[in-house]
Amino acid sequence: MRNLGIIAGKEVRDGLRNRWIVATTLLLAALALTLTFLGSVPTGTVGASRLAVTIVSLSSLTIFLVPLIALLLAYDAVVGEFDRGTLLLLLSYPVARWQVVIGKFLGHLAILAFATVVGYGAAAGALLVADGHVEGLATFAAMIGSSILLGAVFVAIGYFISAIVRDRGLAGGLAIGVWLLFVLIYDMALLGLLVVDKGRVISAGVLDALLLLNPADAFRVLNLTGSGGVSQFAGMAGLSEDAGLSPAVLVGALLLWTVLPLGGAALALGRRQL
Amino acid sequence: MTAVVTLDKVTKRYGKQAAVNDVTLELGGGQCIALVGHNGAGKTTLIKMMLGLTHATSGRIRVLGEDPLSHGGQQARLAIGYLPESVAFPASLTGREMLRFYARLKRRPVSECDPLLARVGLVEAAHKRIGAYSKGMRQRLGLAQALLGSPRLLFLDEPTTGLDPFLRHSFYSIIAELRERGVTAVLSSHALSELETRVDKIVVLHQGKALVTGTLDSLRTMARLPTIFRLRLRNGLAGKVPAIFEGLAASSVAADGAIELSCAADRKMEVLRRAQAIEGLDDIEIMSPSLDQLYASFLQDKQGIA
Repeated sequence: MRNLGIIAGKEVRDGLRNRWIVATTLLLAALALTLTFLGSVPTGTVGASRLAVTIVSLSSLTIFLVPLIALLLAYDAVVGEFDRGTLLLLLSYPVARWQVVIGKFLGHLAILAFATVVGYGAAAGALLVADGHVEGLATFAAMIGSSILLGAVFVAIGYFISAIVRDRGLAGGLAIGVWLLFVLIYDMALLGLLVVDKGRVISAGVLDALLLLNPADAFRVLNLTGSGGVSQFAGMAGLSEDAGLSPAVLVGALLLWTVLPLGGAALALGRRQL
Repeated sequence: MTAVVTLDKVTKRYGKQAAVNDVTLELGGGQCIALVGHNGAGKTTLIKMMLGLTHATSGRIRVLGEDPLSHGGQQARLAIGYLPESVAFPASLTGREMLRFYARLKRRPVSECDPLLARVGLVEAAHKRIGAYSKGMRQRLGLAQALLGSPRLLFLDEPTTGLDPFLRHSFYSIIAELRERGVTAVLSSHALSELETRVDKIVVLHQGKALVTGTLDSLRTMARLPTIFRLRLRNGLAGKVPAIFEGLAASSVAADGAIELSCAADRKMEVLRRAQAIEGLDDIEIMSPSLDQLYASFLQDKQGIA
């Protein structure tokens, strides 16, 4: 356990030093604040609370940005250290290889979590200051939590890529490919499929499964169908009535999406000949 | 003397290519052993296997009594120091931070770090980013991390490449000091002339095979390379080979008039005795075959057989 802490701590220090933490925190905070105030302009004083609107816009921001940041943090983690020769020395120390993978993962996750909490928290804080009171903070906190979980998924996927390929360029390319696939292509393909199918083959159950197969969709369903106000606003009310996916199932799917690639990465590094 | 490292018929193949081929070796405590050979002779692979970084295709390895790939082997690495060939560190951390990180992993107090940095001459650079270090400084930091926690066993892969002569010297004095404390050290090198007086045992590796193993003296005897004498005689006598060396040593006259004698190692003392008796001897130079020459001769033999 101690080794995990030592390795994670080094990763965080590295993140501070090479400005990853500052850059991602500022980026998320800037975008979150922009979305919070610009995003609520068109709604005026409609019934929905400003926070609900913010949750919808920040969820969309998370789906695009958090996986990208996570993959960029992670794709180099193993193959890059291998390339630079730092992994060789680290593994000659009394640490197990899985400890290296998990320790680094925890460090990267901490960086991402810090950026998300501070960045999005800034938006909530600003609303609090502007309106004096805010309803639905619990939903907002859940949104931040699930954003971090989505980050964990993509850090884990990035690690898996990083541990199985031998070339940094290839790892980077695959990471971008994964991002494109899960964030852009998958949904378009799914939408196309539903339009063509018109409910003949794809039942609600199949649709649920398809949504769980993409962590970004699992996150979307989790947040945008969460509470009544949010789902109405997100235009996801119809979907949430159809989908038989409880929050527990969605969180479970995201956890599985984290554990499996991470386990794969640990396994791949364990078998690697240095 | 118990064995610190035992290798029994160890082979490592990458595909069909054998990087290490049937190597059997035993290292006693407190010994300093040199692995000598070309690039690609299997030195680094051998060290990596002893560290459990890569596994042997066949054969048995025990380091400090443990299989390096087992959990026990992982614990045994608490007492092992390793300096890889062309050592690398994350560029964004400072030398001190880096060393402290490694100290924690080895369960050593971080207070051990500053004295170590002083020992390798990195005190002034300790707060600088490693990205700004020169190759020599990185190598010194590499040595510092290898020395963390007074290891019982050291693996140093090409330790002196990139060091200037002064640092090289201080490096070897650190090694000598460790040897006195009973630390076992495995060096790999192709800077053979440096190793001569500094190691107890030499293993010549060629294409993954341990060609010969022994002390420098026993290697000399095995190679049967001649010892060369250069005699400088007073004017008038120059260029004339005294008859007393007939049948004892082959002789020739060098361009500058010095007489060169070449004889087998076991006749060295006899030649020396007779040379001293010569009237008008100004100077005498004795050149034992260097490790470089020995190495070349073993490889030639090898190629002759193959």
